[in-house]
Amino acid sequence: MTVIEAKGLTYTYPGGTRRALEDVSITIEKGEFVILTGPSGCGKTTLCRCLNGLVPNFYGGKLEGEILVTGLKVSEHQIYELARHVGLVFQNPENQLFALFVEKDVAFGLENLGVPRDEIRKRVDWALQMTNIENLRERAPHELSGGQQQRVAIACVLAMQPDVMVLDEPTSFLDPLGAQQIFDVISRLNKELGITVVMVEHRLDLASRYSNHVVVMDKGKVVLDGEPKDVFSSEAARLIGVGIPKATRLSQVLEMSGVRLGRVPVTSEEASQVLKEVLSRD
Amino acid sequence: MIEVKGVSFTYPNGVEALREVSLTIHDGEFVAIMGQNGAGKTTLVKQFNGLLKPTRGEIFVDGVNTRKVSVATLARKVGFVFQNPDHQLFCETVEDEVAFALRNFGFEESTIKKRVAWALNLLDLTEYRETSPFMLSGGERKRVALASVLAWNPKVVVLDEPTIGQDHKQKEKLRQFIVQLIAQRKTVIIVTHDVEFVAECNSHVVLMAQGKIVAKGSAKQMLTNSALVTQASIVSPQITQIFLELADLGMPIDLINIHEAREALLNFLEVDS
Repeated sequence: MTVIEAKGLTYTYPGGTRRALEDVSITIEKGEFVILTGPSGCGKTTLCRCLNGLVPNFYGGKLEGEILVTGLKVSEHQIYELARHVGLVFQNPENQLFALFVEKDVAFGLENLGVPRDEIRKRVDWALQMTNIENLRERAPHELSGGQQQRVAIACVLAMQPDVMVLDEPTSFLDPLGAQQIFDVISRLNKELGITVVMVEHRLDLASRYSNHVVVMDKGKVVLDGEPKDVFSSEAARLIGVGIPKATRLSQVLEMSGVRLGRVPVTSEEASQVLKEVLSRD
Repeated sequence: MIEVKGVSFTYPNGVEALREVSLTIHDGEFVAIMGQNGAGKTTLVKQFNGLLKPTRGEIFVDGVNTRKVSVATLARKVGFVFQNPDHQLFCETVEDEVAFALRNFGFEESTIKKRVAWALNLLDLTEYRETSPFMLSGGERKRVALASVLAWNPKVVVLDEPTIGQDHKQKEKLRQFIVQLIAQRKTVIIVTHDVEFVAECNSHVVLMAQGKIVAKGSAKQMLTNSALVTQASIVSPQITQIFLELADLGMPIDLINIHEAREALLNFLEVDS
């Protein structure tokens, strides 16, 4: 089942001098874990904002083309309606958190939707537990470290149990171990609850293992769209400057030196497996 | 260049962020401070330009005790780029933003012009000269913040999470750029979680956990030591992880970047590189 379908999206921010999106078309199936990557300023964040209607409803300007999310035409629905289906975790958690207590922030979206009190309590507990921040429940979000705030922001969206979670560099402030834990959490939500994940990410060394679909953007356009190993091993990815996982990159430099590996590794496990075979070949 | 002597720091809310930290950073050294979220990394570097003063202990920057001088005076020596660029950007155009500190420091207008053009060019921002910083993407705003600090040519450059939101090309530029700064005998201190970036840079590494310094050494020593890596809540570079699995076959286990890995493999396979 298709959850996100974008056709010919073109958009310029009011006052902007160039197109943030140019003829963007993508199709995302239910249950996919999509990594959206590309050079800074390539339109990744703008595309995320289209998925829940922030572009153009909040940012203004005219969005050409058509986008359907969970069957809803984004242009015909309000942001609050779309919020039930699409949860967006912002790049900068400070822009998303505002309550005096973490718990209140996580409950906010649910309260707005008029979810019964008991249910709110249950979902808040669950979201705090999933993101491992139960101990921060009564802390003020603005006093937390960047990484802790990022977890709170994810918990806020998690609590809404959306069909699609859109995360704009959700672990950028986290230490690598913390990032891995968050990726694990997101991956679990993806696998167990079937939530479709669209994640903007540059740290492909850490994130690639979780993904089955990679979209690369450059200058407002989608330039690569496919399976991780195909996208990462393409010449175009290297030229655009995508942070190709070291496992894939290593296999490329070896191939260039005449060492045949036979397949393209994306994770470190895959790479060591391939290399073991090569090293014990003779 | 920077001497931290037995520094402890407690925030007004009672959180003890630094405990008895001692550290020497030499002139022209490139140090990456790494460690768990909340380990005290940012608190430590904020002491270097006097934004925070030690609760106990002392810090000397270029021989000057940070307690004895104002932040403004220290700022000439120590340029600081915050984790979140929005905390330091406020002007209406990128150009004004980069010129702001230079004007404050009283540089001549002609010098300012040159410096601004240089910094914008260096960070690939020339096309945004007249754009509002707030129209830019997160990664671009980060570069504006960096340009505004580099423009006044401080002796010490502190970059708090410089690679966040930066794509691969920008990171590579940043790396080359840091190499240049080091060649000019500037001291560069970065706070980062980006293990792969540090592995590429091959800088010195200071690992922190719970307000203390756990270890200091070369990137190689620090990032391939699995006990230290775990203690600091980071993960080894992907290359290190790959080679750990190849140890049985006689491969070295202290590799951190692609170049080393390629060389080791080609040597083993006796392929001419």
